Order: sequence, then structure tokens, then C-alpha cells
Amino acid sequence: MNKALEINHLKKSFGDLEVLKDISLNAEKGDVICIIGSSGSGKSTLLRCINLLDIPDSGEVWVNGELIKMSKNKAGNYYPQDQDQVDRIRTKLAMVFQSFNLWSHMTVIQNVVEAPIHVQKIDKNKANKLGLELLAKVGITEKADQFPSSLSGGQQQRVAIARALAIEPDILLFDEPTSSLDPELVGEVLRVMQSLAEEGRTMIVVTHEMGFAKGVASKVIFLHNGHIEEQGTPDELFNAPKSERLKRFLESNLAI
Amino acid sequence: MNFVDFCESLPNEFLGLKVQLMCNSTPKLLGGVPLTIELVLISLLIGFLLALGLALMRISKNRFLNVISRSYVFYFRGTPLLVQIFLIYYGLAQFDFIKESFVWPFFREAYWCGILALTLNTAAYTAEIIRGGLQSVPYGQIESARAIGMSGILLYRRIILPIAFRQALPAYGNEMILMVKGTSLVSTITLMEITGIARYIIAKYWTPVEIFLVAGVIYLVINFLVTQIIKYAEIRFTPYLEHAKKTR
Repeated sequence: MNKALEINHLKKSFGDLEVLKDISLNAEKGDVICIIGSSGSGKSTLLRCINLLDIPDSGEVWVNGELIKMSKNKAGNYYPQDQDQVDRIRTKLAMVFQSFNLWSHMTVIQNVVEAPIHVQKIDKNKANKLGLELLAKVGITEKADQFPSSLSGGQQQRVAIARALAIEPDILLFDEPTSSLDPELVGEVLRVMQSLAEEGRTMIVVTHEMGFAKGVASKVIFLHNGHIEEQGTPDELFNAPKSERLKRFLESNLAI
Repeated sequence: MNFVDFCESLPNEFLGLKVQLMCNSTPKLLGGVPLTIELVLISLLIGFLLALGLALMRISKNRFLNVISRSYVFYFRGTPLLVQIFLIYYGLAQFDFIKESFVWPFFREAYWCGILALTLNTAAYTAEIIRGGLQSVPYGQIESARAIGMSGILLYRRIILPIAFRQALPAYGNEMILMVKGTSLVSTITLMEITGIARYIIAKYWTPVEIFLVAGVIYLVINFLVTQIIKYAEIRFTPYLEHAKKTR
């Protein structure tokens, strides 16, 4: 049985700054992996290297047992060998962004059905039906024909989650999905994410929501300065942190 | 009452203006409207396609394409439209290879020279407008499209260009209005559009103020309609933007 996601020896630098230093990590099907760590620890970059929004400098990413093929150009830089393969794998790796990034020129329902219709070439009626079901699932059906700009942040993020689900991905990537929300809107998004986890979906979540990591994650990874400082079950990390850094991180984060 | 009787019924002069002559000249001047509109539509259409290519060249990483696009915009934005019209109308005939080529039957005629000059001119301005639109597409929206499996032409066709065009709409409306007015310059190369006809009537009766007043009003009406079209387009394509909501 193939692993849902396998990352081997991933490295990434921005100029002189080494953001990821040899990261390896696995996710089984149904895993909910929460990546925590202070800002600048490389959490988002790690997530963005999985679907190649950031191109790693070296290392391997396997999705469902398929290696994303990379080559080196003359300058020695890594680049994806086959854009079609990248596009295909990206439809298995839906991503939810910190700032939602809904397409402003499309209505809510158009946002949701865009990729099914134009990337996956699914029949329009079928896609619309699926889209409405997903909007119902995230509790936002009544806004289907409105434009994103008229929605609250929490509503936009729930639409973004519906949009991600619409391509029926194998793995959901969440990049700090609640970090740009007003505190009172965080709950509605976390509840949707929790219900997805309960369905047995594979999720990789970069988050500052310790409560979510504690309650929902099957595995927690604590990133510090571009390497995995500590990893384990939520129970192990939150109740019995081994490293000094994690202890300090938890103290400052849970105190709030 | 027909139009001629109506004009007769007006006072001969009012505030020193020959009102009857203004009235009588109006149908003649209106006769130039179809040509004016034709020149605008054809040059806007071809110019837009040219501009799209130029804008894509301008933002491409290929230095060669980039320099071509930059130079083109530099020359056509940096020189007066009137000079461009003269250079094309009087200048093309200088070259034997053009006179012997298949394009000569076209560019022998003032009409096509006018179209060419207007097209090349609007393409330069429109290229910059489209470039501005392309560069103002929020990066996050491009990223979310890439993350969901879009790339290349599909990404441009579905996400980048539609957003860019919407951003560019108000500025492009400006360009359309400038083009309507710009067509008046081709009257200098014998084309009988509104201004051409105006100059012809003035040469006959020597009444520049009266005739240009009527011509000015006709341009105003055309541009009022253009403004309405742009407004409608903004409401239609960007109903979520504040300025579209306010003009509704």
C-alpha cells in the first residue's frame, strides 16, 4: 500500500537563507498532520514545496506512490520536468490559502466548479450539482451567486475549502487557513476542517491553532529553523514535550 | 414639417451665429458619422489584438521580445498621431518594395493609411493599459489557480486575462474616447469623416465657428454613447467593484 505522501530530504533556500534543511516526512491515508512552529520556521515553505508552488532545491516528493519528476537546469537549479505531471498531481493536492485567494471575477459557485469543469473536464451539470452539494457542506449555499468580495473572511475561506474539495483531491493542504480571520470567524472554519478530518481525509495543516492540532491531528510536527525539532502524537508533543524549544513554544502559545 | 422647412423656420442669425446654416449643415456632417465609427471600430479591434501580443511580449522574460515591445510603445506613444498619419500616407510611397508588393493596392488609399496609423497608435497605448491590467492581477489568485492544476494557456484564458481585462476596463474606456477624437486627424489626408466634411463646408462658406460647433456636438454625442457603453461594461463585468456599484 502506497503512502499518501512521502517527502524525502527536502531542502530549500531563499538566497543565503536556508529555510528547509533536509526534511523528511510521511503521511498515511487518513492522516491529519499538523505542522506547528514559530513564524520563519519554514512551515509554509514546506507545504508549498509539496505542490511545487515553491520549487525545492533538492529532495523528493511522492504523492500516492508517484514521484514528482524533477530535473536540474544548467545553473544547477531544480525544476519540474513535466508540467503536465505537476498539473495532474496538483489536482490530487488541493490547497487552502491563508488569504483565501478566491477568484474575484467569479461568483462563489463559479469559483467552486471552475477546476472540475476546465481542468478535469467534468460535465457542467454534474459539476454544478457537486458544487452546490459542497457549498451545502460548508454551510454557504445561499451565497452561491454572490461575488467573493461581498462575503466575510470566514465565508470566503469556507468557499475556498469547497473549491478545494471540488476536485476530489486525495490530500488537502492547509496553509494557515485561519490566520487572517477575525477571532470570532475562526471557529466556523475550524469546524469545517474538523468534519473533513472525521471523514477520514488526508490533511496536512500548517496552523497556529494549538487547540485544533491537539484535538484533531493524528500527528504533530514541530518545525524550528527549517528542521523537524520534534514529532509525534498530539499527546506526546503537547503533554510531554522533550525539547526545550518546543516547551518554550508551547508556553508562549498556550498562554494566550 | 420636413427638416428643410424646420431650418427655414429658425432665425437666420442668433448671437452672431448663422443658425440656419448650422441647421442645414447638420445632415451633411452626420453623413460623416458612419466613416468615423468605422475607423474607430476597425482600428480598435485590430489594435487591441496587436496590443495583447505587445503586452504579453512586454511581460515575457525573453529579452528580445521585451525590447521589441518597449521600442514599439516608445515610438508610437512618443510621436504625435498626426505625424504618424503623414509618415504613413506620404512616406510609404517612397519605398519601391512597398509599391511593388501586394499591400500597395491598400496603402495607395488614404482610407487604409488612416486605419493603419490609428491602429498602430492605439495598439501602443492599449498595450500599456493591458500590461497594467496584467501586472495588477493579485498574485494569490494566480497561485490558487496553479495549485488547483491550471497552467499555461488555460491559466491565462480562465484567470489571468479575465481579471486583467476587468482591471483595465476604465483605462481602456479612456482610450476608446481618445480614438473617437483621434479620427478627426485623418481628415488631413482627404478622408471625409466628420471633421473632413466640416472642413469642406467651411472652405465653401467660411463659417468655421458655426460648423465646428456642430461637429463638436456630434463628437460629444458619440462619446456620450461610448461612455454609456463603458459604464454598461463595467456594471456587467465588474459588478463587485465599488465604482461600478456607484455608477449603477
